[in-house]
Amino acid sequence: MSHADDHESTRRDFIYYATAGAGVVTVGAAVWPLVNQMNPTADVQALSSIFVDVGGLEPGSQLTVSFLGKPVFLRRRTAEEIEAGRAVSVDELPIDQESRNPNKPGTDASDANRTMDDAGEWLVMTGVCTHLGCVPLGNGAGDFGGWFCPCHGSHYDTAGRIRRGPAPENMHIPVATFVDDTTIQLG
Amino acid sequence: MSGIPHDHYEPNTNAEKWIDKRLPIVGLLYDTIKIPTPKNLNWMWIWGIVLMTCLVLQIVTGIVLVMHYTPDADLAFASVEHIMRNVNGGHMLRYLHQNGAMLFFAAVYIHIFRGLYYGSYKSPREVTWILGMFIYLAMMATAFMGYVLPWGQMSFWGATVITGLFGAIPGIGEMLQTWLLGGPAVGNATLTRFFSLHYLLPFVILGLSILHIWAFHTTGNNNPTGVDVRRTSKEEAAKDTLPFWPYFVIKDLFALAVIFALFWALVGFMPQFLGHPDNYIEANPLVTPSHIVPEWYFLPFYAILRAFTSDVWVVMAVNWLSFGIIDAAFFGVLAMFGSIFVMALVPWLDTSNVRSGRYRPMFKWWFWLLVVDFFVLMWAGAMPAEGIYSTISLIGTAYWFGYFLVILPILGVIEKPLPQPATIEEDFKASLKNKSGGNGPSPEPVPAE
Repeated sequence: MSHADDHESTRRDFIYYATAGAGVVTVGAAVWPLVNQMNPTADVQALSSIFVDVGGLEPGSQLTVSFLGKPVFLRRRTAEEIEAGRAVSVDELPIDQESRNPNKPGTDASDANRTMDDAGEWLVMTGVCTHLGCVPLGNGAGDFGGWFCPCHGSHYDTAGRIRRGPAPENMHIPVATFVDDTTIQLG
Repeated sequence: MSGIPHDHYEPNTNAEKWIDKRLPIVGLLYDTIKIPTPKNLNWMWIWGIVLMTCLVLQIVTGIVLVMHYTPDADLAFASVEHIMRNVNGGHMLRYLHQNGAMLFFAAVYIHIFRGLYYGSYKSPREVTWILGMFIYLAMMATAFMGYVLPWGQMSFWGATVITGLFGAIPGIGEMLQTWLLGGPAVGNATLTRFFSLHYLLPFVILGLSILHIWAFHTTGNNNPTGVDVRRTSKEEAAKDTLPFWPYFVIKDLFALAVIFALFWALVGFMPQFLGHPDNYIEANPLVTPSHIVPEWYFLPFYAILRAFTSDVWVVMAVNWLSFGIIDAAFFGVLAMFGSIFVMALVPWLDTSNVRSGRYRPMFKWWFWLLVVDFFVLMWAGAMPAEGIYSTISLIGTAYWFGYFLVILPILGVIEKPLPQPATIEEDFKASLKNKSGGNGPSPEPVPAE
């Protein structure tokens, strides 16, 4: 006897659907908190910003600070490094041609769009390889005089742009501003 | 079990009858342990028992290690040293657990390659094979998370790289990675959840192993000839088989004794031989070790992961075809998981209707090349990611995929197999003849080897 022929059984149909619906809602309500508890906790999420004193930094030296659990490189570049970075046009970048700079959103990866100041002396970036998250080695490492990731061999140039290797993006730049001549605020 | 006809359990005493009416567990265990097993199994059929023993060893040593370990980013490293120095016999328990994982993987690789050579994956054992692949995946997840727990440099950066695999997925990757890690980077939240899952997964493996055994007890064991056990009558089946207990249990125990003698030599005399000294430096989020290497049992797949860089033409082509969605990082991730996925699909990729590699003259060569390829990839995975090593990884990866996706489907069509024995009994008698110099009497209950 099919349900369509027997109008008496619509009450039973209703109970089927109501039970199934309640079951789905219950399972969903039970699963979501179990999934969501794995997201970052409130203390981890709490927006933080830090101030970094870069007064003692000479050209050609670099400071690494920990910010949101990740290292941030603050590098005062030498004239040669600036020149090397500016000598490369955006078209020559083989992998990623975006600046990855939230301070200048939507811009291309020209050297000027990667740095904090117009002179191009200050390069601040999250020191995390965009491949699988290792910390690249600095101080002129790699084939392009910038950074080299020891994990899987990604080469970055003096502006932290990916030039060769498995990494898909230029090293990311955090939200950063100069609050005075010698202090940078991250976040 | 269903399948091969044999004697089943009959409760005799009143006590047995009483319990059998209420819970037929004695009968279940009896039929499991007395399962008719092909007479002609060789030494490659001991690895299942070795694996079961490893699982028990890992669970037992793991449970006692947890009594002394502290899952906290500030305390984990010190608590492992506490186990090594202060806990009574703690260093031995930890070394057993650490090296036990390596024996576990060595055995599982031999077990998998055994299945690949003798065609154990072919109909009707596909479900056994697929369950085995799930066990292997669960083993990898367990081993990876366990390696993070000592919170050394390799633990930390291994976790960063491997969770970075999920970050490489386009679109949702970053969100997924943050969810897995419980923060923007590997930290305390990551350690505690890995600890929880590292404790859970071995029991999932135990459950899957029971299903794995149930599946091949239903179809019957494969054997070196790949020829089916005769099932027409109990008498014929008995000519092809011997009960698992005592014949194969004794054989397996002997093999276990030999393997564990070697294992204890490793644990006792050179427990750090296969480990990495970098993991005795406490985790430091600001410094990546100059050369991150996973444990040896992950190396072949690690080599596949990093073989694909953006200057490889396949990557460039796929990147262009997918409008840039699949970049080099994601491609590497797909290749790594794909290398295991194609292995899981092998029951349907192998078109030959001959099971055992013993009767496949061309297949043999390709198979042994795959074994060599596995070791080449393992070696390349341990080398720095540059120059000639990248090329070798790429060639090795190409062969791995080529074997499953091209060679196996084609071989089944073009290969002319050798004649197979009509029955297992025939093969068994022939092997006895070879050993006793030609005048083969066939004394009955000789344990197969």
